[in-house]
Amino acid sequence: MSKAVFEPSIPSRPVYGALEPRTGISHLMIADAEGAEAILDMAGAAPPGFFANAHIIYIPKRTGTLYVERLQALAPAQLHIAPSYAAAEPRLKRVLSSSHMGLQLYLAGTEGLMGQVMREAIEAGIPHDAIQTEHRGSTARRVQCVHCKGITEDVTHDPFQCSHCGLHLFVRDHYSRRIAAFQGVRVDAEDPGNIPEAVERFK
Amino acid sequence: MSGAPKIAVTVAEVTPVNELVTRFRFVRRDGKPMPTFSGGAHTVVEMNDNGRIRRNPYSLMSDPADCEGYSISVRRDDQGRGGSLFMHRRVTPGMEMQISNPVNLFGLDLRARKHLMIAGGIGITPFLAQIKQLKATGGHFELHYAVRSAPLASYADELRAENPGRVRVYHDERGEAIDLERLLEGQPLGTHLYVCGPKGMIGWVRNTAARLGWPRGAVHHEEFLAPSSGKPFEATLARSNKVIQVGEHESLLEAIEAAGVDPPYLCRGGACGQCETDVLEHDGIFLHNDHWLTEEQRASCTKIMPCVSRFEGRKLVLDR
Amino acid sequence: MGIIFREETFYNDFTFRNSPEAIRRFPFPFHEDSYMYSVNLEPHKSYRPGSVLERAFDVDEHYVSEMRDRARVLAEDPLRCQSLPHMTLAGWDLLELIMVSKAEEYPDLFELHRDGNRWHWINRPLGIEQRFTFLDETTLPYGPMEYITRQTQGDFAVLDQREDNLWMDAGMVTTQADWSLDFDIGMNFFEWHAPVPKAAEMGIFQRALKFLLNVQQGAPARRFNWTMTVNPLLDTSPENYHKWGVMKRDLTLENMGQMMHLRVELQTFFRLPRSNGLVFPIRCYLIKLDELVTVPKWARRFHRVLRDLPVELATYKGFVDNRPKIVEWLSKYDDGAPTSPGIWPD
Repeated sequence: MSKAVFEPSIPSRPVYGALEPRTGISHLMIADAEGAEAILDMAGAAPPGFFANAHIIYIPKRTGTLYVERLQALAPAQLHIAPSYAAAEPRLKRVLSSSHMGLQLYLAGTEGLMGQVMREAIEAGIPHDAIQTEHRGSTARRVQCVHCKGITEDVTHDPFQCSHCGLHLFVRDHYSRRIAAFQGVRVDAEDPGNIPEAVERFK
Repeated sequence: MSGAPKIAVTVAEVTPVNELVTRFRFVRRDGKPMPTFSGGAHTVVEMNDNGRIRRNPYSLMSDPADCEGYSISVRRDDQGRGGSLFMHRRVTPGMEMQISNPVNLFGLDLRARKHLMIAGGIGITPFLAQIKQLKATGGHFELHYAVRSAPLASYADELRAENPGRVRVYHDERGEAIDLERLLEGQPLGTHLYVCGPKGMIGWVRNTAARLGWPRGAVHHEEFLAPSSGKPFEATLARSNKVIQVGEHESLLEAIEAAGVDPPYLCRGGACGQCETDVLEHDGIFLHNDHWLTEEQRASCTKIMPCVSRFEGRKLVLDR
Repeated sequence: MGIIFREETFYNDFTFRNSPEAIRRFPFPFHEDSYMYSVNLEPHKSYRPGSVLERAFDVDEHYVSEMRDRARVLAEDPLRCQSLPHMTLAGWDLLELIMVSKAEEYPDLFELHRDGNRWHWINRPLGIEQRFTFLDETTLPYGPMEYITRQTQGDFAVLDQREDNLWMDAGMVTTQADWSLDFDIGMNFFEWHAPVPKAAEMGIFQRALKFLLNVQQGAPARRFNWTMTVNPLLDTSPENYHKWGVMKRDLTLENMGQMMHLRVELQTFFRLPRSNGLVFPIRCYLIKLDELVTVPKWARRFHRVLRDLPVELATYKGFVDNRPKIVEWLSKYDDGAPTSPGIWPD
C-alpha cells in the first residue's frame, strides 16, 4: 500500500487529493515511483480516448521498471521515462511553454516531486488550486534551512542536519509553494548544543 | 454608510453616446484631484430623486490615471426602478452630486501573460478603463465586443481605431457571433479571461470556459444585479428599534437607509458581501437575489443581503 | 515640532533608548487587564495629537537610526526585500502614498514637488534629494517599494487581492517578530498566518480577511499586536534566530528592566489605488521594562496581562520560559490598584 495518512495540520501545509479525470483540451501527468499507481487508478475512471491527448512524464526512482509497462498500456500520446526530476525539468518547461489554457495537470507521488512541478506550473500561469495532486510513496520531505537557504532533499528524520551549513534543524509543517519546501529551523538556537535525539518522522 | 468619505462632485459634461447610452463626467467641487483608481473599479452615484435617495453603482470608464475627473456611461433602462432614468432625464451639467470612492470588484489579475476580454453591450465600460491601464503599463490584451447593432455599439469605433488588431466587434443584427470555443482553445497558458455583459453572456462564457478546462481562478466576471421590485413588506430593525416599510420599487437597503440607519455597503449589487445582515426572526419566505450567500446560508434563513433581496410574509426582524 | 533624532544601535552594544517624551507616546496595546486575540480593527484616523496615531506614517526620534539598521540588515541579507514581478505597480502606489502623506504631515522634514510625472523628493533627516519620473523604474536607484521603504520606519507587506484572498507578493521585512518574508512570499492570508496558534479555530482570520478585502480607498484601518523581545533587536528574523535566540538565556531579575522589551506592532492597512492591492505596514515600537514601569498604570496592567496569558500564546510569542521571571519582576510594580480604561497613561 503506497498511501500515507497525514495528520491534520496548519493551513500552509499542502493537502493532497485523489486524481480524477477532468475535461480539458490536453492532459499532462507527472509522477514519481509509486505515483504511477495513482495514474493507473485514475485510468480506470477515464472516458475512452482520454489518454490520446495525454503526456506522461514518469520518474521511476527505486521502483525501476515495475510500473512502466502498465503505463505504456494506457497508450498515452507521449510517455517519457526520466531518471530524475532534474533530468525531466527541461522537458517539463518546454511542454508548459507551448501549452494552452485548458491543459489539465495531474501530479502524483512524493511531496518533493509534486511541489517542484507545481512551482514550474504556477510560474507558467496555471493557478495552483487548478492542479490536481495525489500523494503516493515516501513521505520524506524537501526542507529549506531558514538560516542558510540551502535545501535538503528526502529528509526522513527530525531534527536533521542541514546538508549545506551543518546546523541541526527541526522540521516545521510551514510550507512554501514558491520554494517547494518545508521550513527547517535550528533546534538548539536558544540552548546551543542541546540537540534532541533524531526521530524518523517521515518514511 | 460605506467606510470611506464620499466625494462631492459637479456634473461637468452630459454627452449622449447613442440612443440608449449617455456619458457623464464628474469633477470635484473642492478642486482637489480625483483619487486614481484601478481598471474595473466602480463608483456609487447618489441621486436625490425628490427626497428619495437612490444609489447606483457604475463602472468607471475614464483613464485611471486621469485625476481631473471621472466618467461613467449609463444605459437607459425603461423598465428599471428609475436610477438610469433619473440619470438620463434629470442630471444636467452644473448639477451637484455625491459619489463614492472607487471600489474594485473586477480587477485585472496583474500576473496574467495575456488579458482576454469579452464584453456585451454596456458591459464594455470597465474594459475601457482597464485597456487604458494596460496600455500605460505595457500589458497584453485582446477585446471581443458583442453589440446589438452598429448605432448602439458604444465606443466601438474609438476602441478599434486606438487599438488596431486588438479589438474585434461582433454585430448581432449582422449575424456575427463570437466563436467562443475556438477563441478559448487557442489561448496560451497564463491567459486570464474577463467577461462583463448580460447575464446570459456571462453564463455562456463561464460555462464554456469550464467545459474546456479553464481554471476558475483564471475566469473573472462582473455582473451588477439591479435590485428587483416586488411586493411591499415590513421589517423591524431590532438594534435601532425601528419598524420600516419597504416599498414596491425600493430595496430593503434603501428603506433601512431612509429610516436613518446606515449599514455598510460597497457594491449595492449583491456581489461584495458588505451589507450582509443577520435575521433574528422571520415568518415568511426570503427572495434571495444575491451572488453572495451560500446555499447553506440561504437554507438557514439567518442572513439576508438587503441591497438586492426581498421578503414576503408576516414578520421579519433584522439585526440592524 | 522639531524631532531630535537619536544616534543609537539595535545590535551589538544596543544603545537604543526612549526619551521621556517617547515613553509618554508609546502605543501600549492593552486596553484592559487581560489579553486574548481579537480582530480589533478600527479606522486609521488621526487621533490624539502627539500620539503615534496622529499621522498616517508616524516618524519618531528613532527614525534615522532605524533606517541605518535597515540598510545594515539588507546589506547582510538582500532577501529581506522582495517583490514578485506583478507587484511593481503596487510598489509605485506605496511610494506615492508615503511621499504624499509625509510631505503633507511633516512639511519641515519632507517635501514632494510634482509636475506631471516628474517628481522631486526631499528627505531632510536622511539627507536625500531625488528627481525621478513616476512609474519609470529606471529613474530610481531601487525599485519603488524598496526605495521608499528604505526611508520609512516599519516593515511592509504588500498584498495582491484576487480570488477573494490577499496574497503576500511583495515586502520589506527587517523588523519582524520571527517570520521570514523569503519563505512566506507568495502565500495567501491563511497560509502566512498558519503558524499562529488558536486564532484559526476562533475564526479570527476569516473575519479579519473579510474586513480587509473591503478596506476602501481613503479609509485605512489599523490594529495593534505585541510580543516580547530580549534586547532592543528590530531584526528578530528566523534567519538570524540562531544569533538572537541565545540571548534569551542571559535574562536575570537584575538585568530585566534594561534587557527585556515590550515590542508593539502598529499594523495599518491601506488600499492601493492603481493596483487594487493592499499595503500592510507593520510598525515596531520597543520599550524597556524600566521605561514602561515609569507609567504606573501600564506597570500594573502589564503584570496582570502576562501573569494570566494562556500558555499557548506565551509559547508562540517566544517567552514562555522567561515568563515566571518577567512576572516576578513586574509584580513589584503592581499594588493591586484598579486601572483606568483605555491604553493611554493617566
